[in-house]
Amino acid sequence: MANQKSVYMDHSATTATDPEVVQAMIPWFSNQYGNPSSLYKLARESKTAIENARSKVATAIGAKPEEIFFTSGGTESDNWALIGTAFALRKKGNHIITSGIEHHAIQHTCEYLEKQGFSVTYLPVDESGKIRTADLKSAITDGTILVSVMFANNEIGTIQPVKEIGKICREKGILFHTDAVQAIGNIPIDVGDLNIDLLSLSSHKFYGPKGTGALFIRKGVRIDNYIHGGGQERRKRAGTENVPGIVGLGTAIEKVTRNLEDNSNRIRVLRDRLLDRILSEIPHTRLNGHRTDRLAGNINVSFEFIEGESLLLLLDHAGIAASTGSACSSGSLEPSHVLLAIGLRAEIAHGSLRLTLGRENTEEDNEYVFAELKKAVERLRAMSPLYADYLKKRSRHV
Amino acid sequence: MYSEKVMDHFMNPRNQGEITDADGVGEVGNPTCGDIMRIFLSVKENIITDVKFQTFGCGAAVASSSMATELIKGKTLEEAWEVSNKAVAEALEGLPPIKMHCSVLAEEGIHKAINDYRIKQGLPPWEEKAGHHHGHDDGTCET
Ligand SMILES: Cc1ncc(COP(=O)(O)O)c(C=O)c1O
Repeated sequence: MANQKSVYMDHSATTATDPEVVQAMIPWFSNQYGNPSSLYKLARESKTAIENARSKVATAIGAKPEEIFFTSGGTESDNWALIGTAFALRKKGNHIITSGIEHHAIQHTCEYLEKQGFSVTYLPVDESGKIRTADLKSAITDGTILVSVMFANNEIGTIQPVKEIGKICREKGILFHTDAVQAIGNIPIDVGDLNIDLLSLSSHKFYGPKGTGALFIRKGVRIDNYIHGGGQERRKRAGTENVPGIVGLGTAIEKVTRNLEDNSNRIRVLRDRLLDRILSEIPHTRLNGHRTDRLAGNINVSFEFIEGESLLLLLDHAGIAASTGSACSSGSLEPSHVLLAIGLRAEIAHGSLRLTLGRENTEEDNEYVFAELKKAVERLRAMSPLYADYLKKRSRHV
Repeated sequence: MYSEKVMDHFMNPRNQGEITDADGVGEVGNPTCGDIMRIFLSVKENIITDVKFQTFGCGAAVASSSMATELIKGKTLEEAWEVSNKAVAEALEGLPPIKMHCSVLAEEGIHKAINDYRIKQGLPPWEEKAGHHHGHDDGTCET
């Protein structure tokens, strides 16, 4: 299998760090090792590198540099945003509104806050995965202190009506946080225009290094600290900074937002070709999520009569990296809460496949993935008792 | 995550298919939980002369079905009845803890198929171990 083809179509899980980004990071591991909090020249250079990266992140989302705080990634940013604002505003109210399809970094943090005495409303979504703004309006009470709705979903790629949500929150004087981990680099974002008060981002989703992210906190927003210790990040987030990671994040976000439109248009065209082929040439297949308001690289489909983990194993055998919402791959026995929330029956959720295309994918990758996918689906259907029953039923009806 | 043996039986399943005039058929599992196994038996003079399976499920479910059919082929019904889920898992060189229920499903599938045969022959069914499979009628999927 030395020369086996391999195709990576799991860009929503993570991306390869851009070689240019790696180059920019390297000096900050070796000769530029100064602790940014120290006084001498070597340290000041590290400090400057961090501030340059901060400006790049701020520019990318239309914020001010002093509104950007570096973290260890999307999960920390989400925890900080929710826990930090909830406790800071506790005297004002104890009600939080979120959606039923958030990433676990939000969902499990909300469950923790419920244990701490907060009350959380989980907004339902329609069959495309969008919340209804009417539901949001009617969920708001005098005690509502925070609304947290993700920008774009990591499983089905559905993009939320963020602008409308921001407008409603602004009118009501309620903080609006958005988990934009999947959106950065795919959708242009201006936190001013969208009335976003807090925004989480994570570098490894847009060709930057893992374990580094940021939280945008609009000036004036009251938020408690989450990581306690030294005075880094203007006394808001303690711990010696991950200088190479932060430099990498800055370089990556600058590059990905510079070429955003071109890149996402190219990926969308490629995605649509693969998606259309899957839907038209593999029978008993459905698209999960919104047809157009979805991340450019996202395909999420369900194949009837088969189970997703076994499909992933066959694709993996062919050198293809993909993902599924089937329980059987996740170590739990329940299928994805996102797929159930958009109304899929559990057995259809078990048969789901997520392919997320990225920058390096080509038409040739599409051809290969389509051919292998079709074979794999046919092979699993041939051994499925559900498919056998379907065929029998059909032959009786003709 | 899976042993080489599991991957071998998943990639090259033994005895996959259907016996249209089977002497006994057993079906276990639930699509909601993500796995269904159907076992077909041909029996001559108390011996399992042929066995086939159809499975909807994960890699471990397919491999467990394949291995279980291998273990009972050519055996007497009494011998086949004694093939435990542990024996299936061991023959597969182990299953991840979360996947052990797949081997349980295989054992239960064999028991159902044998009892289907016995009932069709006018014999009383043997007593099946009660309810250690993951829930089917109550809509939950806990093991
Ligand atoms: C929507 C969303 N939020 C949060 C995270 C967590 O980010 P990180 O892996 O940087 O902790 C992810 C990544 O899987 C994500 O997709």
